[in-house]
Amino acid sequence: MATETATPAYRTATAFILIAVAAGLGPLLLFAITQGGRIGLDAYVWRVLSFTLLQASLSTVISVALALPTARALVRHRSRARPILLSILAVPQSLPAIVVVLMLVTLFGASGLMGGLLNLYGLAGILLAHVYFNMPLALRVFTQTLQGIPPENRRLAAQLGLHGWSLWRMVEWPALRPVIPRIAALIFLLCAGSFVVVLTLGGPAATTLEVAIYQSLRMDFDVARALTLSLLQVTLCAVLVALAGRSAWTEQLPRRRMDGDTYEAPGRAERIFNALCILMAALLVGGPLLALLVEGIRHISPGLLMLQALMTSTAIAALSTTLALALAWPIAWRQRRARGLTTVTPLLGLIVPPAVLAMGWFILVRGLDGGALLAAVLIVILNGLMALPFAVNIVAPAVASWSERQERLCAQLGLSGWPRFRIAEFPALRGPLAQAGLYAFSLSLGDLSAVTLLGSQGLVTLPSLLHAQMGHYRSDDAMGTGLLLAILCLGLGALANSKRLAS
Amino acid sequence: MIRLAQTVYDSEGFRLAADFEIARHSFSAVLGPSGAGKSTLLSLIAGFLPLTLGHVIIDGVETDGVPPAARPVSMIFQDHNAFAHLDSWTNVALGISPSLDLAENDRAAVDEALARVGLSALARKRPGEMSGGEVQRIALARALVRQKPILLLDEPFAALDPGLRQQMLALVNELHQERRLTTLMVTHEPKDARAVADQVIFIDGGEARPPAPTGRFFSGKQDKAVSRYLGT
Amino acid sequence: MKKLLATFACLAALAAPAAAQTTLTIYTYESFVSEWGPGPAIKANFEKVCACTVEWVAVTDGVAMLNRLKIEGTATKADIVLGLDTNITEEARELKLFAPHGADTSKLKVPGGWSDADFLPYDYGHFAVVYDTEKMPVPPKSLDELVNGDPAQKIILEDPRSSTPGLGFLLWMKAVYGDKTADAWKKLKPRILTTTPGWSEAYGLFTKGEAPMVFSYVTSPAYHIEADKTERYQAASFTEGHYLQIEVAGAIAASPELDLARSFLAFMLTPGFQDTIPTTNWMIPAAETAAPLPAAFGRLVTPSKTLLFTPTEVNTNRRAWIDEWLNAVGN
Repeated sequence: MATETATPAYRTATAFILIAVAAGLGPLLLFAITQGGRIGLDAYVWRVLSFTLLQASLSTVISVALALPTARALVRHRSRARPILLSILAVPQSLPAIVVVLMLVTLFGASGLMGGLLNLYGLAGILLAHVYFNMPLALRVFTQTLQGIPPENRRLAAQLGLHGWSLWRMVEWPALRPVIPRIAALIFLLCAGSFVVVLTLGGPAATTLEVAIYQSLRMDFDVARALTLSLLQVTLCAVLVALAGRSAWTEQLPRRRMDGDTYEAPGRAERIFNALCILMAALLVGGPLLALLVEGIRHISPGLLMLQALMTSTAIAALSTTLALALAWPIAWRQRRARGLTTVTPLLGLIVPPAVLAMGWFILVRGLDGGALLAAVLIVILNGLMALPFAVNIVAPAVASWSERQERLCAQLGLSGWPRFRIAEFPALRGPLAQAGLYAFSLSLGDLSAVTLLGSQGLVTLPSLLHAQMGHYRSDDAMGTGLLLAILCLGLGALANSKRLAS
Repeated sequence: MIRLAQTVYDSEGFRLAADFEIARHSFSAVLGPSGAGKSTLLSLIAGFLPLTLGHVIIDGVETDGVPPAARPVSMIFQDHNAFAHLDSWTNVALGISPSLDLAENDRAAVDEALARVGLSALARKRPGEMSGGEVQRIALARALVRQKPILLLDEPFAALDPGLRQQMLALVNELHQERRLTTLMVTHEPKDARAVADQVIFIDGGEARPPAPTGRFFSGKQDKAVSRYLGT
Repeated sequence: MKKLLATFACLAALAAPAAAQTTLTIYTYESFVSEWGPGPAIKANFEKVCACTVEWVAVTDGVAMLNRLKIEGTATKADIVLGLDTNITEEARELKLFAPHGADTSKLKVPGGWSDADFLPYDYGHFAVVYDTEKMPVPPKSLDELVNGDPAQKIILEDPRSSTPGLGFLLWMKAVYGDKTADAWKKLKPRILTTTPGWSEAYGLFTKGEAPMVFSYVTSPAYHIEADKTERYQAASFTEGHYLQIEVAGAIAASPELDLARSFLAFMLTPGFQDTIPTTNWMIPAAETAAPLPAAFGRLVTPSKTLLFTPTEVNTNRRAWIDEWLNAVGN
């Protein structure tokens, strides 16, 4: 069993991924050579790199710093509101970036409800959007970590009279400390690769590598500079992926019962502090959400264009989900046995910037008279590759644990091939498969980057419709589209996280 | 003296009732089928679970609403008795001051307690670098420095080898005598109960029975539930 | 049966012209083909005389169009590219994609005359900072006042890498400040609310009230006077003079419909095209119109001086000047 050879399905999947990546990088390299130009670090590239690192660092630090006291506050207080609050905190992760930008513009734009509070266009806006996404992510991980502290430790602490600062120093901080670097690396990675937020809220003064790649290709057509930026981005992402570690992609921390984890009511000062923390988190996440809900309900009017966009988005999402699962399945099985390339290939979609892949493909197919259909096919592939690392990360552990328990039995009974999939594997693994599928579907449904990079006229998806409406300040229509998109993605997110699938 | 006055704990279909007294300086073994509520009884006394009905009165003082740290009780669990990131000396010192605010004589007390349980050489080791028996000794040493008159043991030696367990039991018994403690020990080894306990609290069918002298409990003249449990 | 045959005949008659008709694909910038832009009317007018179908393909803005041509090369599906300006015609010409227009340029009325054999102008206008009088009673009187003014009063600019107005502003800065442009950009930077990819986004943000100033055209207030009946939005007159934009179109040499494309370029200088320009593109027509310009055009700012680099100057320096801008406004 130790030297099981790779299955044809695995070979096909790997070949598909490698060819897709090569088809992206190849034409760019060729263009860089023929077009000339210097691959090197000039002042502009340095500036972009330093801004990328600056905004990602700040986003990470702020997210983590806000999440730490809030997580503690949430765990310290037993309240009926806690589960509700925790599920509200799960919302941002399911929301498409473009919808979050819309919500922030509604609230903080010059003509918004809280206009004039800050200039949304630039670093402040980017940080706000990134913290909106990532503070709840950190908060959820921290809350689960604190809940994961052995009850005996909590009881012991209670018996010894540890509370307030001593409880934090002796019990809570030591539990959180090992989790922080991983979650920080993950947040840093997500912020460093952020495209839609920076594209919409940034500008020439606030550009990250990912957006600068897109701009230097689409705007300057400076392939050499785009390649330089891409090399930097690939290096940065590879380092971060290695740092964040595979296990950090999804939260798989033990869920414990929450009762009996506090034995002593916190003091008055702490109660006020905790209330402030929780209020801050609730406002940060709930405020923009409420603004979208209130404004969106007034303006949702399913016109023909919206319906068409919904159908296009659904079709693209369905196909890219199928692709992501078809690629993830054989890779997940292969990962039980092999390391090395097997663990790297699915991550290529995360490491090689989508902007680079898209631009290479764009050059490759520019002679074909494909129109919107060809663009849709490329978007499907790009979205599939973008969802792949997450899909593998959900499916692989389930496959591994199934394999440990059932594989010998299958071997003894001579179950293999299709019957084995139908009788043994699929029924046992459909939960994680559905979860991965829903995840990929929602990711593709809300994705603006692929359609920005590859879109053609006549191809309108929900996010691109929303982006166009926002670009032309048809705020009312944008609100309606945004709300529809938010509802769809939240529904999918809730389904994916439902207990039936998780178990 | 611990008085359980019509004490009832009721939560999600699980119920435990008790109505008796435990004499000062007694050593009680708590026996009963698994899931009967042996640990629950200890948790009620230590203040980790809220009472549904009744009272727990310790030395004449009503304990309802008194946080665990303020009760005259030290409890040792089966597991996680020490903070993994602190060395054993610090773990013991926490028993004196939660903020590790130690005077000179406090430090001496920690050293002394470690010496008493035979851990002097391992004072700077962390729990991860120590054996299971050694970690439980940390908990014992900490109980010593806390100087609480009641010691609750929730199967702390269940995972140890028989020889080691005998040693630990002997140590507990010595401390019990020396400090004139009131000790309750949950165990599922009748042998352990016979070795150290002077009375037995038997829990079955949602009820903790009043303590019976160890000799009588094991005399063979018990009711069906006990003989079913003991397999006699 | 006869009825059925007749139906088929009718259907065939309906389908035939559609099938036989050729399609003329024109790349242009977004605002040109929006429902309020000149695109729909021009399409209808030209289709009346050409027995063809006009298909507009909208690109963010003029410079983005040039970049798209660079990527597509000879594989481009465009027959005509409409919406470049003289600042980028030289760079476009170097792509060797364009055919001579072959049109009669004698009737053109653009400042400085016209001699380009490949590109044909269809309108022009001076750039200007347009301001909201309700939020800014006293506008800057010069580019220098804009650069050194109160950072709390913001302006919305366009990205010179994708937008011809954006490039126009960059060149205006260069024309006024020369070697000291980088410093001027640094001073201006705190006043910039945001830099949008195209003119449409910038102007939309401005009318939505996000900032009191936007970079647009001298002619922009005419739109508000004519369509909205308001004098609220005005163009600021700058003492250094105003940079000029001449918008042009060109035909793709490799197009299978080159003759049709050339006839569109010729049509471009007739009233069927030119008449739509003043009130939909809000620019000054490059040739004769059937009716005189709307009254509002008479009340516009008249630049004291016209600033314009030659296409060759821009072509030689564009990359370096854009890098200078990127480095000056970057963090």
